[in-house]
Amino acid sequence: MALIEVDKISKTYTLGDVEVNALRGVSLTIGKGEFVSIMGASGSGKSTFMNILGCLDKPTGGRYLLDGVDISGLDRDELAEIRNGKIGFVFQGFNLLPRTQAIENVELPMFYKGVPAAKRTERARAALSMVGLEDRAKHYPNQLSGGQQQRVAIARALVNEAPIILADEPTGNLDTKTSVEIMDLFRHLNAENGITIILVTHEPDIAEWSRRTIRFMDGQLMSDEERTERHG
Amino acid sequence: MVNVPWTAKLALRALKANKMRTLLTMLGIIIGVAAVIAMLAVGTGATRKITEQISTMGSNLLIVLPGSTTSGGIRMGAGTQPTLTAGDAQAISTEAPAVDAVAPVLSGTAQVVYGHQNWSTGIVGTTPAMLTVRDWPLAEGRGFTRADVRNATKVCLLGQTVVDNLFGDEDPVGKDIRIQNLPFTVIGVLAVKGQSVMGQDQDDTIMIPLTTAQTKLFGTAFPGMIRIMLVKAKSTGELDNAQTQITDILRQRHHIGPKQDDDFTVRNLTQIMKTAEQSTKIMTLLLGAIASVSLLVGGIGIMNIMLVSITERTREIGIRMAIGAKTWDIRFQFLMEAFIMSMIGGIGGIIIGMSGSAVLSRIAGWPAVVSPFSIFLAFGFSGAVGIFFGFYPAYKASLLNPIDALRYE
Repeated sequence: MALIEVDKISKTYTLGDVEVNALRGVSLTIGKGEFVSIMGASGSGKSTFMNILGCLDKPTGGRYLLDGVDISGLDRDELAEIRNGKIGFVFQGFNLLPRTQAIENVELPMFYKGVPAAKRTERARAALSMVGLEDRAKHYPNQLSGGQQQRVAIARALVNEAPIILADEPTGNLDTKTSVEIMDLFRHLNAENGITIILVTHEPDIAEWSRRTIRFMDGQLMSDEERTERHG
Repeated sequence: MVNVPWTAKLALRALKANKMRTLLTMLGIIIGVAAVIAMLAVGTGATRKITEQISTMGSNLLIVLPGSTTSGGIRMGAGTQPTLTAGDAQAISTEAPAVDAVAPVLSGTAQVVYGHQNWSTGIVGTTPAMLTVRDWPLAEGRGFTRADVRNATKVCLLGQTVVDNLFGDEDPVGKDIRIQNLPFTVIGVLAVKGQSVMGQDQDDTIMIPLTTAQTKLFGTAFPGMIRIMLVKAKSTGELDNAQTQITDILRQRHHIGPKQDDDFTVRNLTQIMKTAEQSTKIMTLLLGAIASVSLLVGGIGIMNIMLVSITERTREIGIRMAIGAKTWDIRFQFLMEAFIMSMIGGIGGIIIGMSGSAVLSRIAGWPAVVSPFSIFLAFGFSGAVGIFFGFYPAYKASLLNPIDALRYE
């Protein structure tokens, strides 16, 4: 069974009197363990699609099944629970909480899940060591480099053992060398831990790290290509 | 499934991040709570003082005054007609079942001499019942007896103020003093009563047997005449009965016809004092109510700052929502911040209010009593203010759209 099953979803915003069709009938499936990149110009609907995939927003039409659950019927708190347990977010701007230690940032999703204290610390340490930052646990975000902050964000996305990581331009604020490190980490997590990774980017060389690229244009799917050879 | 200690820790951290702002916001609550505490302390102090004075006056007390004289159509006011006698007092004490004791009083002012000292004070001619009626124990010596009253002996009881002025440190019991040149033997000293409700020094007095006053000190035009009588009812519930019985007995003894007015007045002193007490209590409430307005203003300050804080932290709220914070997680977080601010403010206010009222009572010589109730009230009130005024900002935060919140710059 597909992990993500999107069936003719559409999203219409009303801005004053004007109706904007951000998505017009998009259908696709993403299986467990895939590494997908989503590309498209701004205004193509890729961000809207990403928000819906991430359960931050609900489609106005069509059906979205995540792990067999129909998202459109859920309320605010049920969506929050899905985000908490099934989806790990990685953002362009890292979005760590300021004045909060790296390990506390990583622990945050577990608080909202209600994980007991002892287990929290243990799992947060494990997640930090997966991204190679076990020695930076007590550092504050402003004491960490951009690449390190993004690693903390990835550790936070991993910590509730979410099957999906949604990364929105994760390398947008990083230099090339650090970008490569972060992409390498994603590929590792995908290959070794079987985590499904969905990556929004507008940089073709970042998209090349994935094995499947979906392109959006004017709120519709333009192309959906599998890549056979792996990026070296 | 909200994690309280963790939320409290988060809230404290957020408050510490903006120390100056937090302090200024708390100041509103501190001032409000301190004002409530101080006002209630002053009010409670005043009430307590009045209650104390009422209890020094004696409990369940009725006062019977003679009626007014009318000469040529001009009425002279209560007490101007010498209509009450020792016989009336005797009759009331034996015939009125609701009455516990009756103390007739004939009083006047006289110059008192002991050795080189002299002093002018109020002389109260009365019966041994006086000490019962006024709940007035003796500090030393003995009280005078019925026999003293019957024989009009020249013995006296001194109030503490008289003792201080005439005797200094000397023990007065057994000594002879002169009241208007008549020698009296001091047989006892009255316990200290302090000020009356009207501010009179109740200890500035001498008690002598009624008959001695009538026959030897203040010669009266009518034999057996007394000025007033103090009546103690059996209980508070019997006060009204006692009043009716006294009226009936006196009307009968004074041969007052059904259509004639009383030639005496019965006043329920306890009632009057209770009214005074009641009005001080209302005053206290009023002061407290005015002070709590400032607490309200403090609460609005908290709401204001929380709204600013939520706007500033929109992005943080977005992050929390994206990684799984539910409506109540967000609400609880901001409620906790408001609550902690107002509680710390409340504690600060209690400390300042208590020390403030202590200083006030020392400077102004005004009794100030900080009751546990007012502390409890102020504490509960400030917590409630925090929750009440914190709720709207918290509610607003919890309803943010996560996508907009995440994009907020």
